[in-house]
Amino acid sequence: MDDLLSEFLTETGESLDVVDVELVRFESCPGDKATLNNIFRLVHTIKGTCGFIGLPRLESLAHAGETLLGKFRDGALDVTPAAVTLILASIDRIKTILGHLADTQTEPAGDDRDLISQLEDAAEGSLQSSLPPPVVVKLESTKGAPAAAAADGQGEDNGLWDADQGRYLRPGEVSLAELEAAFRSADGPETQAKPATSSAPVVEHDEDRKAGIGASTIRVNVDVLESMMTMVSELVLTRNQLMQMLRATSDSEFKTPLQRLSGITAELQDCVMKTRMQPIGSAWKKLPRIVRDAGQDLAKKLELVMEGEETELDRQVLELIKDPLTHMIRNSCDHGVETPAERVAAGKSETGTIKLRAYHEGGHIIIELSDDGAGLKTDRIRAKALEKGIIDAAEAMSMTDAQIHRLIFAPGFSTAAKVTNISGRGVGMDVVKTNVELIGGAVDLKSRQGNGTTFSIKIPLTLAIIKALIVGVGEHRFAMPQLSVLELVRTGKRCEHKIEQINATRILRLRDRLLPLVALSDILGLEEVDENDHACIVVMQVGDTRFGLIVDEVFDTEEIVVKPLSKRLGSMSEYSGATILGDGAVIMILDPNGVAKSVSGADRAASRALEDAARATATAALKGSGECTSLLLFTAGTTEPRACPLALVTRLEEFDASTFEMTARGHVVQYRGRLMPIAAAGGTIRSEGRQPVLVFSQGDIVIGLAVDAILDIVEEHLDIQLSDSAPGVLGTAVLKGKSTEVIDISHYLSMAEPGWAAAVAQVDATRTKKRVLLVDAHPFFRNMLAPMVSAAGYDVTVASDLQEARGRLTQDEAYDVVLADADGTAPDALAEATSARIVALSSRRDTSTVLKSDRNALLDAIERAIRVGEAA
Amino acid sequence: MTTCEFVTFRICDQMFGVSVSEIHDVFRPAAMTPVPLSGPEIAGVLNLRGRIVTAIDARSRLGLPSSTKSKGSQRLAIGVERHGESFGLIIDEIGDVVRLEENAMEQNPVNLDATWSGVSRGVYRLEDRLLVIMDIDRMLAGAGSEDAAAAA
Repeated sequence: MDDLLSEFLTETGESLDVVDVELVRFESCPGDKATLNNIFRLVHTIKGTCGFIGLPRLESLAHAGETLLGKFRDGALDVTPAAVTLILASIDRIKTILGHLADTQTEPAGDDRDLISQLEDAAEGSLQSSLPPPVVVKLESTKGAPAAAAADGQGEDNGLWDADQGRYLRPGEVSLAELEAAFRSADGPETQAKPATSSAPVVEHDEDRKAGIGASTIRVNVDVLESMMTMVSELVLTRNQLMQMLRATSDSEFKTPLQRLSGITAELQDCVMKTRMQPIGSAWKKLPRIVRDAGQDLAKKLELVMEGEETELDRQVLELIKDPLTHMIRNSCDHGVETPAERVAAGKSETGTIKLRAYHEGGHIIIELSDDGAGLKTDRIRAKALEKGIIDAAEAMSMTDAQIHRLIFAPGFSTAAKVTNISGRGVGMDVVKTNVELIGGAVDLKSRQGNGTTFSIKIPLTLAIIKALIVGVGEHRFAMPQLSVLELVRTGKRCEHKIEQINATRILRLRDRLLPLVALSDILGLEEVDENDHACIVVMQVGDTRFGLIVDEVFDTEEIVVKPLSKRLGSMSEYSGATILGDGAVIMILDPNGVAKSVSGADRAASRALEDAARATATAALKGSGECTSLLLFTAGTTEPRACPLALVTRLEEFDASTFEMTARGHVVQYRGRLMPIAAAGGTIRSEGRQPVLVFSQGDIVIGLAVDAILDIVEEHLDIQLSDSAPGVLGTAVLKGKSTEVIDISHYLSMAEPGWAAAVAQVDATRTKKRVLLVDAHPFFRNMLAPMVSAAGYDVTVASDLQEARGRLTQDEAYDVVLADADGTAPDALAEATSARIVALSSRRDTSTVLKSDRNALLDAIERAIRVGEAA
Repeated sequence: MTTCEFVTFRICDQMFGVSVSEIHDVFRPAAMTPVPLSGPEIAGVLNLRGRIVTAIDARSRLGLPSSTKSKGSQRLAIGVERHGESFGLIIDEIGDVVRLEENAMEQNPVNLDATWSGVSRGVYRLEDRLLVIMDIDRMLAGAGSEDAAAAA
């Protein structure tokens, strides 16, 4: 682009921003001559430059605006909101034209007669007070011959001969002599730039601040800054190398100069870093205008108070929060602050205050946006969320007010009863939330009915320099952004924490939670170094997911400069960039989001691979009554521990209770892309907070059992000592020296899933122990049926296939009944090996078989078979 | 008659040439960091005077067996700047700069392997051997055909 034009665009853009702010201020204190002079001067400069580089359309529009401003300045006209709106509209039009100029380097076709004629009318004091001003098309040309201007205007300035220019003045045009006077009385450009950024629509002129800032800024190309940054990083690395060499030699003449070099380098680095920073006020420049316009449109009295404009943050971050912030301000105007009448009725002042505050807090910037409006209407949000299907009735009843309030961040949520010009288009706070989270920030809100709402945005200071944890896997090192790291846990033999496994899924017991673990080496396909000995676990939080990342070593935290990845590597979601460490090595920066995404994938693969192994060990676990069984201890309902065979449990999960949904059949939760019914094991299913759930799966059926807390995993001999008539309890066993109820899983599962039909049967405790051989290829049923039959007073032996069963039967003839699975095998094949009765079992309802999950029928069948056997 | 200067280098037993203007520098890649999960032809990333350079293993890219040389300092890389990014193409040996007539370049033999013909602009018959002129853009783009086409 033409240098001249691009400079014009930059300069004019900045001037217009200032005009916006100044005008809003001017409207509230019309008597402020200095402000008016400043506005006048800025508009005049724009007009002059336009004429100079040949942009007639802009020039005429700016001229018309200037004319009206001139009248204000002379006191010929009173400042009215309608007139200010008109000038602001012209400024907007100029901006539109500038945008077009930036794109195409030419002025767009068309003209601005509508606005110009209104401006002229206003200058003659005949502006209608209605809003928006009516569009009046006047045919007279505003530009050109003095004759036309003279014919048009009756105003006192019109038709005057200006000796300096050698022509008649246009309507409202001022002579050069007058302009000179205006310039002399106005402040210079350098003293104007700063207060503009720190102004509010209703603030008194801040003379002190104005005086403090001198003409000490220059425009520097961003590319130059970027390359300075690169070179300084390089300098730092070289310095580090030198310092390392120096340490190796005990006494060196270079010592003192090198230390000085080191100090200067550090300072230089700081300075260059600072060049990237900008006061947040520059992103707030447009806000006073937005609030003012919103107030006019909505007929509300609004005041915007800004604090901490000087808070600095990276310009990249600044750009990214501009839009979310604008949206939130609009929301506050529209939804937050009430109408003056409502405010008065509520005993507040007519004018609603919107307060914007920015400050540093521990490496972050906090931006707070609060209003003193009515606060969020909890009931309306709840009703709306129900209507939109964001929550269900049960959730609606159980959620706290704060939880309900956060629903406004849910996608597709908008409470505005009608769509207004300002807000309520349905793309609301969820977009804000997404945008803020995109740059590693977080949004939260607090609201008190009648007292207003406070939103707080927490964002990192800069995207270019982040604090990162350097972790090691084998010989590799990686950087992990510290923002998503919650804590570090060391595991190993001598440590408090130990990695445990359930069905090949690694978990860590961390305080009262179960933390799913995934090895970084698995995610990255690296060879695993014996992780159980002394691994470190990086506990991470990404969005709502919390998980532990197993690494071999954690080295250090470093401030790293993020460099973008080559496009050749850019498609990999695991990395967000690369960086050069102090020792000169390049390491990859892990992307927490990418890592979190591969968490579920990685442990699925692991569980598949180890499923067979698990099946084999599960068989061994319950084989014979003298061997040890792994039992999961938990509490549910009471404080007494309860147990169930660990081998039955597919996974341990923890769900956020807010994700539970109610259906006609009870609670369900979305789990791995499908709905999982949830039954309560004794206690109740929580309605908020975290709910530990034992997941059982059989074929396609997946069922969750909600418990209060998971206590322990014990490996003990399971001897169920007395059967219990309480529903859902198989019997009691002594585990870890404590009497523990062993639960009948089939009972609870039948509550959640009718397919698992089960009932509670009175068990004859006096029955002599009959021997039962259970043949089932599936570990789930072996593990479910064996304790159940055993609890009913039988001595149970388990076999996983017909061959094993045949072996047992030929070795030991003394079985009374053989329970054989008819789904995968043919039970009749065992008939020749034994004289015992064979009961065929199936997981489906069938006349020739007994339903495995029907406890009553199964025990009946065993009883009947024994009687038949005895009779024979 | 226009001539062009080519930097010659050896990969395995084959001599290649690249126009002098396309090469930024030649350096010894030190302290390379491998990138797990990346394609086999990505040798790693390294720090070259403060810039992060993506190193491409030319042998792997051309489907040749990997070098028997240890990962030490013997290896050489050709530095190339493309689309604002720095790349290093790891080669076996650097040769002379030769000046050749543009007209003398011959088309790729039709029976040349697809991977090779994809990265070769043409062939010069030198006195003692053949010189394959490498298309650096295609060489740096992935083996995937769309990338190569886009780069071309």
